[in-house]
Amino acid sequence: MSSYNLTHLKELESEAIFILREVAAQFEKPVMLFSGGKDSIIMFHLARKAFHPGKIPFPLMHVDTGHNFPETIKFRDRLMKETGETLIVKYVQDSIDKGTAVEETGVNASRNGLQTITLLEGLEEEKYDCALGGARRDEEKARAKERFFSHRDEFGQWDPKNQRPELWNLFNGRKRIGEHFRIFPVSNWTEMDVWQYILHEKIELPSLYFSHKREVVNRNGVLLGKCDYIQLKDNESWEERIIRCRTIGDMTCTGVAESKATTLEEIIEEVASTRITERGGRADDKRSEAAMEDRKKEGYF
Amino acid sequence: MSETKGYLDMELLRFTTAGSVDDGKSTLIGRLLYDSKAIFEDQMELLEETSKQRGEEGVNLALLTDGLRSEREQGITIDVAYRYFATPKRKFIIADTPGHIQYTRNMVTGASTANLALLLVDARHGVIEQTKRHAFIASLLQIPHIAVCVNKMDLVNYSKKAYDNIKKDFEDFATKLEIKDVRFIPISALNGDNVVDRSENMDWYDGSTLMHLLENIHIGSDHNHVDCRFPVQFVIRPQSKEYPDYRGYAGRIEGGVFKPGDAVSLLPSGFTSKIKAIDTFDGEVNQAFSPMSVCITLEDDIDISRGDMMVRENNKPTIEQDIDVMICWMNEKKMMIRGKYTIRHTSQTARCIIKEVKYKMDINTLHRIEEEKEIGLNDIGRISIRTTKPLFFDSYRRNRNTGSVILVDEATNETVAAGMII
Repeated sequence: MSSYNLTHLKELESEAIFILREVAAQFEKPVMLFSGGKDSIIMFHLARKAFHPGKIPFPLMHVDTGHNFPETIKFRDRLMKETGETLIVKYVQDSIDKGTAVEETGVNASRNGLQTITLLEGLEEEKYDCALGGARRDEEKARAKERFFSHRDEFGQWDPKNQRPELWNLFNGRKRIGEHFRIFPVSNWTEMDVWQYILHEKIELPSLYFSHKREVVNRNGVLLGKCDYIQLKDNESWEERIIRCRTIGDMTCTGVAESKATTLEEIIEEVASTRITERGGRADDKRSEAAMEDRKKEGYF
Repeated sequence: MSETKGYLDMELLRFTTAGSVDDGKSTLIGRLLYDSKAIFEDQMELLEETSKQRGEEGVNLALLTDGLRSEREQGITIDVAYRYFATPKRKFIIADTPGHIQYTRNMVTGASTANLALLLVDARHGVIEQTKRHAFIASLLQIPHIAVCVNKMDLVNYSKKAYDNIKKDFEDFATKLEIKDVRFIPISALNGDNVVDRSENMDWYDGSTLMHLLENIHIGSDHNHVDCRFPVQFVIRPQSKEYPDYRGYAGRIEGGVFKPGDAVSLLPSGFTSKIKAIDTFDGEVNQAFSPMSVCITLEDDIDISRGDMMVRENNKPTIEQDIDVMICWMNEKKMMIRGKYTIRHTSQTARCIIKEVKYKMDINTLHRIEEEKEIGLNDIGRISIRTTKPLFFDSYRRNRNTGSVILVDEATNETVAAGMII
């Protein structure tokens, strides 16, 4: 490769850093959403790179459903302690207690949808004008048309038919008071890029991503890990499998995959040969064909 | 396996495709995605199911990118859709733009960041108006490479003559345009001829397959590595115990090559200094070029902020307030002559007034219509503007990063136009 060429990972990294700096320059009070999943971990890593040797000029915010894998929370807290960056946690439980969110009932009950309410409340309370997220366009078809700078009205809603055109590297973050933006610096990354980057940059991940033994239940083809928040139906039972998480979200809707991959190299091999998309295991996306679009319109990130 | 070891020297190629459903664009993209394993089983199953529900024969790949409910209901593509695939050599980003609705606006958007434009011509119909519009926009946006795929060769009995005629027609038309590098490939997206594998039906063709072209076309020179341009995006001042006096200028190199020790000039102040170091999180680097994001420190303490530009003393950009721009209008609200807009250029923001419309372009005939002064949605024309403060720019032809602007409506905050500085 000639001396003036960048590898695809370096070019994607540079693009993400550019967007992160643009956010710091264009917005008054940005916040970065952090879930403890691999995409938000690379976002955190990219933000540290973008503002080095300074600190990240905005806080991180975790919308905690209270139904997280305990490993995620432990990892999150250690990462913040080691890097000295600032994390704010907003609890779905608080929204339920206030009465702004109502807990779902039934065996498929999940707090995943309630996250949107807590997220919007969190943004409003702290008067954030921009929320950075680690969503990627390859994840889901409604996201394939998302902008880097995604404009939201004062209700946090997304209007996919009326998006601002985005040209060259010129990003338009102008808005009215009360409106805000969702910004996705890793829009152009694929699942494979993320894994290759994690390997290349030696980024540490929660142990959940690597193969381990866990009790799971098979519900409509999705394997869910054992926890107090899932009620078994009459014909279901817990069984031990060798699994790993491909994505990390709320325990009630994050499907795990049978896998023997214990290293990053093995995960990359597995991703390369897998024939099912990453979100194929997400029960929340399976609710309807346009489930993601509907949630995004309401303000999901 | 290539995925774990080969990725360290993979490059990124962005390309744009345009066209309607009929010319086989979806079939071609589908084939590239499927053959490079970028379509997964669950996506394929969903596609098959949805296509069946809609009473369509076979699998409609447009459903893969038409992710929005209203797109699926109406069977149209509304917006630019981004798709991704990779081979062991390169990662590809496709900006797939719809053929009908909001045609110009979407193709300009997709073309603005592309290294290559893929134009599809139906072998039965030859070069039609739509092909010409695509080629014009690709040339206007200075996409460095154009690949003309003459598709549906199976329907013309793989005839060399049919292909040669189309090639000649396109070349004749292209003489009116500024296209640097154009390649022709006879293909059948449906049967896979010359897409990934060489066609056995066209032994008269000795050029490369589409995939081979996409994987190997030289894109290292697509960036300007001659004129040093570093717009300051953000100033990093940690004011920490470890870095009490650090003052670094963060941004992306938009042209040329910068090295520690280089003498630089700052715009607009005109002060000069020397580069002390080029910092990244992973340590200092000994050179920085486009499109690297870096943080530069200088030997002298100068007051520099966002919007300033670091250049070389003997190679400065144009510094002007009166600027001629080719504009593509992207909003339902027509352009207002004498109207005021916010203009964004590199990391600068200013205001501008539209002074006059020089001409409007008929994008079907490429004629300049000087008597037409009204610029509305999807129109392209040449205008003169005056900005509230000088911009530091190059012509778009010389540098896409320092020659491009957007206009923003100050009442609605919408991006209303894309502009290329002449």
